[in-house]
Amino acid sequence: MSETHSEEPSHRQLTRDDVLKVARLARLTLDESEVEEFTGQLGQVLGYVGILDDADTEGVEPLAGASERTDVLREDEPGESLARDQALSGAPRHDDRFFLVPPVLDTSAE
Amino acid sequence: MTSPTTIIGLEVHVQLQTRTKIFCGCANRFNPDEPNVQTCPVCLGLPGALPVMNRRALELSVRAGLALSGTIAGLTKWDRKQYYYPDLPKAYQISQYDLPFCQGGHLDIDVEQADGEIESRRVRLIRVHLEEDAGKNLHDESGRGGESRVDLNRAGTPLLEIVSEPDIGSAAEARRYLEEIRLLMVYLGVSDCNMQEGSLRCDANVNLEIPTSENESIRTPIVEVKNLNSFRGVEAALVHEIARQQREFEECGGVYADTAKQTRGWDADRGVTFAQRGKEEASDYRYFPDPDLLPVTFSDEWIELQRAELCEPPSERRRRFVSDLGLSDYDAKVLVDQGRETADYFETLAAACGDTKRAANWVTQDVLRELNERGETIGDFPIDAQGLATLLGMIAAGQLTTRSGREVFTALTDGQGGDGAISERIEKIVEDHGLSAIADSGALETVIDAVISRNEKAAEDFRGGKDAAIGKLIGEVMQEAGGADPNAVREALISRLRP
Amino acid sequence: MTACREPASVLIERLSSGETTSLELTDACLAEIAAHDGSVGAFLHVAGDAARQAAESIDRRRAAGEPLGRLAGLPVAVKDVLVTRDQPTTCGSRMLEGWIPPYDAHTVEKLRDADAVLIGKTNMDEFAMGSTTENSAFGPTRTPWRLDCVAGGSSGGSAAAVSAGFAPLAVGSDTGGSIRQPAAFCGVVGLKPTYGRVSRYGLVAYASSLDQVGPFARDVAGAAMLLEVLAGHDRRDGTSIDQPVPPYHQQLDQPLEGLRIGICSEHFGEGLDQEVREAVERALDVYRGLGAVVVEIELPHARFAVACYYLVAPSEASSNLARYDGIHYGRRADDYDGLVEMYSNSRGSAFGTEVKRRIMLGTYSLSAGYYDAYYLKAQKVRRLIQQDYTQAFLDVDVIASPVTPTPAVRLGQLTDDPLQMYLADTYTISANLAGLPGVSIPAGFSQDGRPIGLQLLADSFAEDRLLRVAAMHERETDWHLATPTLDGDTSS
Repeated sequence: MSETHSEEPSHRQLTRDDVLKVARLARLTLDESEVEEFTGQLGQVLGYVGILDDADTEGVEPLAGASERTDVLREDEPGESLARDQALSGAPRHDDRFFLVPPVLDTSAE
Repeated sequence: MTSPTTIIGLEVHVQLQTRTKIFCGCANRFNPDEPNVQTCPVCLGLPGALPVMNRRALELSVRAGLALSGTIAGLTKWDRKQYYYPDLPKAYQISQYDLPFCQGGHLDIDVEQADGEIESRRVRLIRVHLEEDAGKNLHDESGRGGESRVDLNRAGTPLLEIVSEPDIGSAAEARRYLEEIRLLMVYLGVSDCNMQEGSLRCDANVNLEIPTSENESIRTPIVEVKNLNSFRGVEAALVHEIARQQREFEECGGVYADTAKQTRGWDADRGVTFAQRGKEEASDYRYFPDPDLLPVTFSDEWIELQRAELCEPPSERRRRFVSDLGLSDYDAKVLVDQGRETADYFETLAAACGDTKRAANWVTQDVLRELNERGETIGDFPIDAQGLATLLGMIAAGQLTTRSGREVFTALTDGQGGDGAISERIEKIVEDHGLSAIADSGALETVIDAVISRNEKAAEDFRGGKDAAIGKLIGEVMQEAGGADPNAVREALISRLRP
Repeated sequence: MTACREPASVLIERLSSGETTSLELTDACLAEIAAHDGSVGAFLHVAGDAARQAAESIDRRRAAGEPLGRLAGLPVAVKDVLVTRDQPTTCGSRMLEGWIPPYDAHTVEKLRDADAVLIGKTNMDEFAMGSTTENSAFGPTRTPWRLDCVAGGSSGGSAAAVSAGFAPLAVGSDTGGSIRQPAAFCGVVGLKPTYGRVSRYGLVAYASSLDQVGPFARDVAGAAMLLEVLAGHDRRDGTSIDQPVPPYHQQLDQPLEGLRIGICSEHFGEGLDQEVREAVERALDVYRGLGAVVVEIELPHARFAVACYYLVAPSEASSNLARYDGIHYGRRADDYDGLVEMYSNSRGSAFGTEVKRRIMLGTYSLSAGYYDAYYLKAQKVRRLIQQDYTQAFLDVDVIASPVTPTPAVRLGQLTDDPLQMYLADTYTISANLAGLPGVSIPAGFSQDGRPIGLQLLADSFAEDRLLRVAAMHERETDWHLATPTLDGDTSS
């Protein structure tokens, strides 16, 4: 748990760098025109949602889902698994046993 | 100046022993031979699939938390931990962030000191949480940069993550801690903790605090050591890493270019830790509560139900074997560490034959040796505790010598003696093998004579006043006529040698 | 009127009496599709032979006197956001082009159990993100009423299919208005159920805490019947509720005595097209004529709804769409160097602009340092919005409002200004945030022939009351009987 949730961001302008960072986090290759477009548009939307600052949410619990139920569980009973060919059927690359991916250069995430 | 202090915290992952995966009904079974046959839309992360929590996973989790003396939350929820990796089909792992089901707790371990003394050390826990396991990524071993292969059989296995405080002070302690966690989880029936199969995994965070003067010290940067695949590996990796950090400290004089936490892998073949490719930025997992999984509440009643299912923890059992049953530390450890079934077997045997020491000897030596040779577990052992008690009883009563008893034992394990009740089988074997007990003193006298004549020096020594010399003679007589009462043997020898 | 433009209840009558066969009906629909879908663009996949075979099989079973499901023999179109094991499921995206799922959505299973004929998969905004169906990777869908105007979105294809007479019933999904808004633009009935009323298992997720599956039909009775089939508990969806499904369509002719209708002045302010305002006023007069009382209610946090939605939905979407990585399914780029580039190039090339935009917005708002100020704050405001409605429903039975600020816009009109497009969701969005059921029913036309809808909202799990109130208006008006002629643009 390396990052904290507690910081307040400054409502600063969204920069091109921000957009590139977010694009990497989201694994999205953007061309130059998209980077420009998004910097402007996302900045606009983020500016608009700043209206939420006007809402007084002191002591208000977040509404995680529209229903507030808890404790939905399933029994530890076997269900159906897919046959292997079905499991692999959508994969762009497979060898009938495994999914195939370009080599992973290090064993750490990200 | 005091020597450097080692600071180790361990993150242990334990796969729960449920029948099915955490969020779906696929089998929770170690299956490396047939990849991608234990998957479904849910654990494959197919578009449209949804998770539903396995009740049994919660039961086992809470039991583990209680056994670790943790505090079980009244309300717990799951969060998405987002990152990209081929063995993570949803590109997020459902884990627990800020409301884990268990906080705090501790595990007491016995650590052998340099002087042979055993010291109890408490390792505090930060938290225990429940998450899903990822699949497996198999790299191209040829090193030619070929494609990696992904097997999702393991994706969605329920995983307990036990995070300790950095309370562990040495590589040996780390190993003890791991062994004790393993034993506890196996005793509870929470996991089979098989490191070879990956149902127990461990990452270690280690650094040193090195004194630089009377009042000052420098801490080395924390290193996370990953890819630890065996208990021995954990110990060896930590020993190596501690030495490496010491060396590095001396080389750089305590001045580090980068004090951020590093990740290193353990190369068991070369016996070194190696730096893993540095991350460009610290991982931003973008945790947020999973909208598909409803939070879970634990009532006090339900928690007590789980508590009632807890067995006596292994540490307690070892203590009880020593204090109540009079076993040595060593024997207690051997019996308990073999597992719950073996400890149960021993207790049943001890109660049935009334002699804990004899029972301990037979289980730790004869039974375990047999099991080892056969590659079996105590559950498969052909002589049950009551049966063995019968045999031991005959030896104690003098109907069989110890040596004969062992011959009967071997014959029983070989399946001899027919199909009847154990006492019938023993009788038959005694008959078939011509084994008779030395019960009358006349026969005992014969044995004593034979032993004395074989050990003239010891007999002379004893006659000459060296009391200790009788020990060897008693030993040999008991070997040959083990059914005899050792005190009677001693008396008989004394009266023979010092009339 | 061609066969498949009849209301579903009438067709079910004809089928059970033997007056028509499922094969005849299915063929009639297929013929309409063949003749006119070229200009409308409602379908991404037409089941053709499979549908005919299913129809024949049902006809055989009916002739043999076998028991049949409630929708037996009726063609139903399904939005391409629901997985179907025998038909491709693209979600309107290149990312899933050609993907055939190995399983059926729960609601698709229910349709099959009800012996519906699954006639095809309908067009939609990519991954349900959009309000016009112009964000589909495979071309837009037009409202059959004016082929130069959009069908609405994201369930544009399903709405247009029912409107054009391609199928009597269709299934859509609604996250911020994606059933109700296209229903309004296409002049049909579209209903979003209470969150949890219908299972989401097999509904390709956009925003998990907001998505719901719901029915399109020509009339309230058809919507009620289809809702009955779709609704109900599913163990595989933890958010689906375990409550019995009322026989909605059997109660429709019971008007609500002492009906109290709430309206909120915020909904009738500036920016509302005059013709839409008049249509809604007219509808309220119809209710007044039936003895209903129209009262003003307060929804103090209504002005935060769009901002709230456009943080919550993209955040959840950014997470739900992370799985499209070109490894287990979906498109992989041809060109990349290493794993990270494979991910980025695959996603970058296969996702459309709006999807990328929302993923970026969501990723940003969840990222370290921003979670509290954005996502968490929005979820708190969401509770305030829900509380507004809980309060309002103490006083009124339903809340009435426009569905959209304007009738159907022209193609290309909104595509350059995302924020403006988002703001147009203002009437529909709150129902998703609060988890409430809402319906759009035909309430008139603009001068230039574009349909206008009336939205009604009810309290949680009060679909029965909602439908009864909707039926009251329908009994007094003819709007639902009008059908488009599909002969191309009409001059405004």
